[in-house]
Amino acid sequence: MSHYEAPIREPLVLGDKSYHDITEDIAKPIEGKANKHWYIAFAISLAAMLWGFGCIFYTVGTGIGVWGLSKNIGWAWDITNFVWWVGIGHAGTLISAVLLLFRQKWRMAINRSAEAMTIFAVFQAGLFPIIHMGRPWNAFWVLPIPNQFGSLWVNFNSPLLWDVFAISTYLSVSLVFWWTGLLPDFAMIRDRAVKPFQKKIYALLSFGWSGRAKDWQRFEEVSLVLAGLATPLVLSVHTIVSMDFATSINPGWHSTIFPPYFVAGAIFSGFAMVQTLLGIMRKVTNMEDYITRLHVEYMNIVIILTGGIVAVAYATEFFIAWYTGSPYENYTYLSVGAATGPYAWAFYSLLFFNILTPQFLWIKKIRRSFIWSFIISIFINIGMWFERFDIIAIVLSKGHLPSTWWRFEPTFVDVGIFIGTIGFFFVLFLLYARTFPVIAQAEVKTILKSSGEFYKKRREQGIPSKPAINTVVTEPVVAVNDNEDKINVLFDKLGKFDPNTQTADDLKKISGVGPKLEGVLNGIGLFTFEQVSKMTKEEYDLLDSITGSFPGRAERDNWAEQAKNLLNG
Amino acid sequence: MESSKVIHAFYNDDEVLLDAVHTVKAEHHHIEEVFCPFPVHGLDKAMGLAPTKLAITAFFYGITGLSVAIWMTNYMMIEDWPQDIGGKPSFSWMENMPAFVPIMFELTVFFAAHLMVITFYMRSRIWPFKEAENPDPRTTDDHFLMEIPVNNNEEELTDLLAKTGAVEINVVEKH
Repeated sequence: MSHYEAPIREPLVLGDKSYHDITEDIAKPIEGKANKHWYIAFAISLAAMLWGFGCIFYTVGTGIGVWGLSKNIGWAWDITNFVWWVGIGHAGTLISAVLLLFRQKWRMAINRSAEAMTIFAVFQAGLFPIIHMGRPWNAFWVLPIPNQFGSLWVNFNSPLLWDVFAISTYLSVSLVFWWTGLLPDFAMIRDRAVKPFQKKIYALLSFGWSGRAKDWQRFEEVSLVLAGLATPLVLSVHTIVSMDFATSINPGWHSTIFPPYFVAGAIFSGFAMVQTLLGIMRKVTNMEDYITRLHVEYMNIVIILTGGIVAVAYATEFFIAWYTGSPYENYTYLSVGAATGPYAWAFYSLLFFNILTPQFLWIKKIRRSFIWSFIISIFINIGMWFERFDIIAIVLSKGHLPSTWWRFEPTFVDVGIFIGTIGFFFVLFLLYARTFPVIAQAEVKTILKSSGEFYKKRREQGIPSKPAINTVVTEPVVAVNDNEDKINVLFDKLGKFDPNTQTADDLKKISGVGPKLEGVLNGIGLFTFEQVSKMTKEEYDLLDSITGSFPGRAERDNWAEQAKNLLNG
Repeated sequence: MESSKVIHAFYNDDEVLLDAVHTVKAEHHHIEEVFCPFPVHGLDKAMGLAPTKLAITAFFYGITGLSVAIWMTNYMMIEDWPQDIGGKPSFSWMENMPAFVPIMFELTVFFAAHLMVITFYMRSRIWPFKEAENPDPRTTDDHFLMEIPVNNNEEELTDLLAKTGAVEINVVEKH
């Protein structure tokens, strides 16, 4: 079997987990109730979102003049936010597509949430160009459709239109990729749901997924092909975003290294945001066994790599701006002019947050620390915002003509809309964390035997991952009733069930017990987890000899241990 | 169909299931269906399922998307209303082609991805409001279900399946 992984590799799933345990762990945040922290976070996000919506209505109702823009600086805060959000979106597809092609199994614990982040971030990004149009009800003019102006078509030579195509393709393909992966997990929730309303909703969301062998075969092929398509797609998106700048004639913008450097920067900021979100989520939803130190370390390694590319790009830009000797180049966002001018604070913020702080990740202790990774990820998020702000606002503030020099100052509306999108993003993410399976559980189950701690330990002891089969022909499932003595012995030990004072537990919750077996167990008087938890080898054998069905099963699945856990949790 | 009885054999381990499928196939029994909570590698081969052709359809959908992009850019920018934008006149499609590469790429991906996924949904019969057809809710959790039609060989099949390590064997009427 292919269930082999070198023992030197750290496990990706911690704890003694069975397939059923994974189901339980992933379903818990959906089936349980939200705690106080969730409501507080949701309330704050919702307030921020509503404030942002207010600012958007104010902008649309009054005009773009309420922003800090001028005739000299026609793009600033809004496009900074647009590029920032699109960049954040990149990590999701990178994790689910590129890492799938490279067969990186650690992606499985984080791809679901990273893709959710992608989709929610691209929503936020899309808002900015649409609001910036001033008349958002005319946004459909960017589409190549016949219109009332004769046949005035869109301009396919323009990078801004390429952006429309790139981002809408990216958003829609990411969405179907995400949803297709969700189908088996929604089906799992559907089949567990007890409340009829929940069952209905998840039946609708799961599209009636049944998990036939043929469905799985197609599912895997579709995932692979979508990964192959999404990989160049994600690289194209930020390449095209960078062309919005790189095809212009502004010094500081018309730079040929922009496309690769923007893509690296996008992955850099995207992984930082994944780190931020999962740092919180693994705690709130109790996913510590799935999102481990190892995952955090791997993400930090990607951050060091892409952060390094970004640092080299900065150095190149700075050097070239100086080396040209051109006075116009002396006020690009990475130049002596920027370092000494009125935006020096933004210049040094960029270097501090983006270049300096990630270097701490070279230290293994910090790279594997949850709290330090979280703090550094926040710093990178801020740094990557400054990168875009510097590129846009600093460059535009000193153009070719001194009479066009201007200083950009954001208004409360600029800031309000930005805060609003952060609120909107977290509203969506918090709702997602309560209603969606936050980990691709079907995929995690496929790596449990190769990368799970439990199976890795057993393999070291030479125990095969395949359980031993009992080849004794099973009798039809009927409880043997002439075993009065044995039953008495058994329940002297386990304690008799008294229907007047005790309530029966749902024994089906024990992995390996189905409705039929539960009937058998109830038939001989076994009703509660407490009884099951007292069982030892002796009782298992006794039980087997009484029922005669599925010998060895209770011991193999360790019912007593399971029952203890069910009692405690 | 004289009989619509089927046997549902439950397994709780992917490796045991795979061995069981091999055993049942070796005994020349027809396996109607296997329901799994997660993909089991090698199961399709063991069951004798034909490889899926979805990747090939994706290739042709991609070609379609590319053709649409070429037709659209040519019609809109060159034929219908050629414009001189920023001193870059639209003389012929080939001369303007480098500017259309991003559009051609995006539409290729758009068509290939979406049409392939739609084809997958249609072929596997999954869509909103579709009723699920897995016979037991445990098959999306941790159980694998093998469905075998019965033709007056109930005893024989039950014995065989029990030997393969099935944890539960039910004989049910299929409607």
